[in-house]
Amino acid sequence: MTTAHEPTIPPPRRLRPWNAVERRLAKVGISGRVLVLLAPALWLLVFFLIPLAVVFGISLTTKQFGRPPYSPLLTTEGGTVQLTLHLNNYIRLFTDNLYVAAYLSSIRIAAIATIITLLIGYPMAYAIARSPDRWRNILLMLVILPFFTSFLLRVYALTGFMRGNGVINQFLGLFGMPPLVMMQTDFAVYVGIVYTYLPFMILPLYTTLVKLDTSLFEASADLGARPLRTFLSVTLPLSLPGIIAGSMLVFIPAIGEFVIPSLLGGPETLMIGRVLWDEFFTNTNWPRAAAVAMAMLVVVVVPIMLLQRAQSTMVEK
Amino acid sequence: MAKKPQLAIDTRPWRDPAAKPFVRIKNVTKKFGDTIAVHDVSLDIYKSELFCLLGGSGSGKSTLLRMLAGFEQPTSGTIEIDGQDMTQVPPYNRPINMMFQSYALFPHMNVEQNIAYGLKRDHMPKGEISDRVAELLALVKLQDYGKRKPHQLSGGQRQRVALARALAKRPKLLLLDEPLGALDKKLREETQFELVKIQESLGVTFIVVTHDQEEAMTLATRIGVMNQGEIAMIGEPTDIYEFPNSRFVAGFIGSANMVEGVVTEDEPDHVRIRSAELGCDIYVGHGVDCAPDQLLWWAIRPEKMHLSREKPEGLNGANVTRGIVEDIAYLGDMSVYQVVLDSGKHIRVSQTNSVRGNPDAITWDEPVFVTWGDNAGSVLTV
Repeated sequence: MTTAHEPTIPPPRRLRPWNAVERRLAKVGISGRVLVLLAPALWLLVFFLIPLAVVFGISLTTKQFGRPPYSPLLTTEGGTVQLTLHLNNYIRLFTDNLYVAAYLSSIRIAAIATIITLLIGYPMAYAIARSPDRWRNILLMLVILPFFTSFLLRVYALTGFMRGNGVINQFLGLFGMPPLVMMQTDFAVYVGIVYTYLPFMILPLYTTLVKLDTSLFEASADLGARPLRTFLSVTLPLSLPGIIAGSMLVFIPAIGEFVIPSLLGGPETLMIGRVLWDEFFTNTNWPRAAAVAMAMLVVVVVPIMLLQRAQSTMVEK
Repeated sequence: MAKKPQLAIDTRPWRDPAAKPFVRIKNVTKKFGDTIAVHDVSLDIYKSELFCLLGGSGSGKSTLLRMLAGFEQPTSGTIEIDGQDMTQVPPYNRPINMMFQSYALFPHMNVEQNIAYGLKRDHMPKGEISDRVAELLALVKLQDYGKRKPHQLSGGQRQRVALARALAKRPKLLLLDEPLGALDKKLREETQFELVKIQESLGVTFIVVTHDQEEAMTLATRIGVMNQGEIAMIGEPTDIYEFPNSRFVAGFIGSANMVEGVVTEDEPDHVRIRSAELGCDIYVGHGVDCAPDQLLWWAIRPEKMHLSREKPEGLNGANVTRGIVEDIAYLGDMSVYQVVLDSGKHIRVSQTNSVRGNPDAITWDEPVFVTWGDNAGSVLTV
């Protein structure tokens, strides 16, 4: 090298005000990557895990008059800390028929509603996925459009359709048909759930269906399968991940649904969300309400885990 | 590639005007909106043929194939297979199977289930299905892979599964869309011969769509060259290569030197063309359908020309021109010389390297004479 003795020009210094902070944090072992992961972890801790622990704690106390309306978990008496756990809230869940019946009824209503949503959502998702490119985004937008209005408002608007002198009955009246009783029935609850949760079914179904290679359908037809056979043997199995995802998104919130059964359902409609509300506000029995909530979590978490396992084995193929 | 000797004249039904075609495409046109994908194509394909539709992208070859399979309806015209009009028949009722370019294997089924799919649709008894599947797996040499899912196979194996699945129903006609397109060069060459072997042993009629002219030349009994939705030429590989009917075909297949010229002598037994581009006259040793003073083109393949340092004698005062070697591409078996003529026109001449490490070989910047035989080139009027 002949230029070895020439003075080397130092690279221009860039102003990086965060450098000092970064170096100091690095000394304690906190890098940028840790910070990025820390933010959501902190969020989950503060707004999910701690509240959950509080609810779980309350579920192990007993009702009392005062503020707060439940017995303290920890008591200090003469220098000893005493932990009092009341399990009778959980025991009551099994001994009192109301709770078991409410859980079973919630699961039944949610399951039936999920199946109806699937039956309505699948053809819609399929049609959107198979429509020309320029239509697809417009149709998807139409599916999401109801979200621009308040959920409460939309459910309330349904009563306008279904009540005794509502739109549907007035229409039937034009043909001289007797009015139908729709409000305050399970039917109205199904209508409400299906209507509210339909987009949650359509969107995941659409994403799986739109990804399917159309040459697979052509190959099936080419090998002698009529359209129905192609649907059953090719389209349906390949869209299972979407069916599972969509069903989970409908079934899980539907179990705990409170607004729809209380606005549209009748006194006969037994759902766990309403039981929880009554326990909390009417009976002011916070510990019992907390136990109901914890049990509901288990009821919801178990199907999630089962479905997720089913889905992961499916994706493995 | 040379044709196999067993393909004697009697096994070339297209040479017999009385032969009945197996597939008859009559005046088929396909429009997508305003664009014409296929324009008035008529084509006869005979039993046990391996017919290649060759063309660039957008030439309409795939659309034509999809119309044969029934995935597209012709805007006008008819498609007959084995004497039956198939134009309105849906794909699942056609005695045709197709091998897709993407293979289109069902990802949720294993290899056996994929192959059995078409047989199940025919309600074939279970025992027969498993026999047929085993037979097909043996044919494509995948006996040990029956239980694998498509994503556990290599590209070449998937291609063979797709072939086995398409052959499972013993179709009268098999359509193959770029069957070797996704394979690497070495595998492609091996598979080409395998494909021909399978086709010959089963006697199925194959229609292959490809953009690869080498593939078409290797596979086909006949080639249909497509250009902008129309058939530019139909013929055996040798016809297409040696006797192109147009400038498009001459330029599309292989490499060709093409020059413009004017007819100066038009006799029944020979034609003389003056070409300023070439810097000499071209003497063509056969009659051509043309008129004196007509402007036409003449195409010649690089290997049909010869290079020499001394001017050769006795060539009717034609078919010899001068130039300077500008570049040489050494390809091992042969060398391709790029020669620049006095007119500035570049031509390519290939010479076989028959002498090992020839020290006397013509080299860069040498002035050379380029010569060719009376019948070496093709006169093209379109």
